[in-house]
Amino acid sequence: MTSSKHLDRQARLGLISRRRFLKTTAAAGIVTAGAGTFAIPAFGTNSAPTPKRGGHFRLGLSRGSTTDGLDPAKYADVFMQSVGFAIHNYLTELTEDGDLVGELAENWEPAPDASRWVFRIRKGVTFHDGKPMTSADVVASFNHHRGEQSQSAAKGIVDPIESIETDGSHTVIFNLTAPNADFPAVTSDYHMAILPAKDGGVDYESGNGCGGYILERLEPGVEAVVTRNPSYWKSDRAWFDKVTFLAITDAAARTNALRTGQIDAMDRVDLKTVNLLKMDPNLMVNSVDSDQIYYFPMNTQAAPFSDNNVRLALKHAIDREDLVTRVLKGYGRVGNDHPIGGSYRYFADLPQRHYDPDKARHYLKKAGHDSLSVDLSTSSAVFTGAVDAAVLFKEHAAKAGININVRREPADGYWDNVWMKRPWSMSYSSPRVTEDWFFSQYYSADAAWNDTNWQNERFNTLLVQARAELDSDKRVQMYAEMQRLIHDQGGAVAPAFSAYVSAARNNVGHGKIAVNRDMDGNRIAERWWFKG
Amino acid sequence: MDKLLMTVAKRLGLGLFTLLVISLVIFLAVDMLPGDIATEILGQMATPEAVAAIRAELGLNLPIHERYLDWLGGLLQGDLGQSLATDRPVISLIDDRLMNTLYLAGLAALISVPLALGLGVLAALYRNTLVDRVVSVSSLAAISMPEFFIAYVLILFISVQLGWVPSLSKVDVDQSWLERLQLMILPAITLTFVTCAHMMRMTRATLINLLSSPYIEMARLKGLGPWRIIVRHTLPNAWAPIVNVVVMNIAYLITGVVVVEVVFVYPGLGQLMVDSVAKRDLPVVQAASLIFAATYILFNLIADVVSIVSNPKLLHPK
Repeated sequence: MTSSKHLDRQARLGLISRRRFLKTTAAAGIVTAGAGTFAIPAFGTNSAPTPKRGGHFRLGLSRGSTTDGLDPAKYADVFMQSVGFAIHNYLTELTEDGDLVGELAENWEPAPDASRWVFRIRKGVTFHDGKPMTSADVVASFNHHRGEQSQSAAKGIVDPIESIETDGSHTVIFNLTAPNADFPAVTSDYHMAILPAKDGGVDYESGNGCGGYILERLEPGVEAVVTRNPSYWKSDRAWFDKVTFLAITDAAARTNALRTGQIDAMDRVDLKTVNLLKMDPNLMVNSVDSDQIYYFPMNTQAAPFSDNNVRLALKHAIDREDLVTRVLKGYGRVGNDHPIGGSYRYFADLPQRHYDPDKARHYLKKAGHDSLSVDLSTSSAVFTGAVDAAVLFKEHAAKAGININVRREPADGYWDNVWMKRPWSMSYSSPRVTEDWFFSQYYSADAAWNDTNWQNERFNTLLVQARAELDSDKRVQMYAEMQRLIHDQGGAVAPAFSAYVSAARNNVGHGKIAVNRDMDGNRIAERWWFKG
Repeated sequence: MDKLLMTVAKRLGLGLFTLLVISLVIFLAVDMLPGDIATEILGQMATPEAVAAIRAELGLNLPIHERYLDWLGGLLQGDLGQSLATDRPVISLIDDRLMNTLYLAGLAALISVPLALGLGVLAALYRNTLVDRVVSVSSLAAISMPEFFIAYVLILFISVQLGWVPSLSKVDVDQSWLERLQLMILPAITLTFVTCAHMMRMTRATLINLLSSPYIEMARLKGLGPWRIIVRHTLPNAWAPIVNVVVMNIAYLITGVVVVEVVFVYPGLGQLMVDSVAKRDLPVVQAASLIFAATYILFNLIADVVSIVSNPKLLHPK
């Protein structure tokens, strides 16, 4: 999937038809689920050329750190996430097509109101040390993130779980505090690895898991080495004999290592030099159209952003196309001031907002201003090119009589001192598996990262109702209305979705690349292979 | 000789005191940085409860003086503590990294010191000739370019275009001595570029200074050849300032090579320290900074001892 404008458009068309497809299948699935059990096929079909077993795959990743560790509750970035998906399995898996399928869970069914979920656990799966995986391990793994003393970054995800019960050695029952039709999706999150239970807790230190690869060694900030699990229960996954994950922070160093053949694939290509990389006949650049959003959150409770007219003025004062062309070098697509992109099930195709300085002036006048001067805090910590994006916005907004004063903040401590502290800053967010997940984390009134401090009653009511709703058609309506509310009244200027751009040598094979997270949904070790 | 030992002992005592002060300064400085290990580990995903739980377990909610004394107490018993981020003993994080750093510094010193001294002598001998100018200008040009630029240029030509050595210098213990040498050669050359000029200029200046003194004039009048004058009569008196610059550069090779480590992905100590500062992993920061500080203190001491031995007059300051 090399990217060009033409191909992008085709991919987007593909996305749209897939979304329609998903909507219908999801509806059918839920209806069946309401009535009883619905079985999930073991795996999505792989339409790509036949994979081949063997070889030593060396992967250069950008975000390895000397402070990395094996505790899934604290996986920090793409490095440990990718290692995690190599050595561990999860209850569910999000496929490259965006479908939720069972991994260690064979199937699941909700109680009628979706506040109780019964998961049947796959039989005959063992951990690397030969211990059989049972429901007790699943319970211990989820409890690892729960409770008062939890140090887990996923605490917010498991908070809605009231209690977990087992029914025999291969059934786990989750009782939720409130109905949630999307609950199975959260079990595919990278934190929720199934670990072996040990002494009332879990053993994460050894790296023992059910995954396709066995951890040989982890040298934080340097490398992780894994070898194939000979008794892996999936016969059509984990093709390499051995995988080395190398921490290569410097983009130029990663690029050089790939060009000289010292690594086989890398993440986060430097967009400034991607055209040079494309000229190398031994390499391929993979750009996937993700729903990772770049946005400018305003505190909607602080002046002048408390006036929706000001927010609308700013939303009209940015030239999205120009931003995508100049900051993202075309590796992305325009956003529409709400965080839900085309790969979500309930994406609402609202009319696209465009750059319109006159409209911006109009809203400014409605708010009672002739001109406006606001501070925008930014930093290189947000994403590559974040400062450029802020300056570009300043240029665009000037034509609408808005003076944006760009405040460059230090990268160190940005998420602590600036984001959610200053009235207007910049941020980004990876896509979530479900709309509900994203909204609950960023837009509901009491959300931990309600970075726009948005308090919209209608939205909050809808969010709770939609979560409990099992009828797919009704959900489509509800989520569309929520997206419209954010689009029209929300506190974020959300101008662009960025693509995940990686590169690999030509002898590396892969199927369709997932859009949900970087490096094929972090599952590159499990899904890719060497061509013959 | 007793006096020399006394001086060394005094300097070692002072060095230990300096280390103590440095450890305190580092502790306070890292504490003043925004956030702590809990917020750094959890990042954007941090919820207040999880942050509080991590702080409680690591004892970060204790007052700063208690934490410092705690750490100091451990240190006095030879315990560098546990890394806050990975739970592993600091010593196990550091040992391989430190050895790698010392290897690289050693190799770079092995190339750059003789080269710099040789060029310095050459430039002094043929001062104001073409040789002098070429040596001076090229070494100044080398030091004026940032390390990463030199590194990238070397990688581009030697690794990417010619394919002689790999661009990643990822060494590990399983490799043979020869393999390691091959991997380390590019970073070592980069460091040579960076440090050579300094030492070469000092050698040249000191020698030129001495060459104009009366006793050299005398030696020349006796009919001695230029090399003999340099080696037998000038260098013994030039050692003190030259050694000072040389050890300062070697200390730099050990402590200041973070950029080179990043570009070549060399698993040295510098990267570990930078990462640990970013993540506020205090025990690791403390251990690494103490090693770096001790390096400077020790090398300074060595420089002084060499100066004194080469010029006993320094033992009896007037």
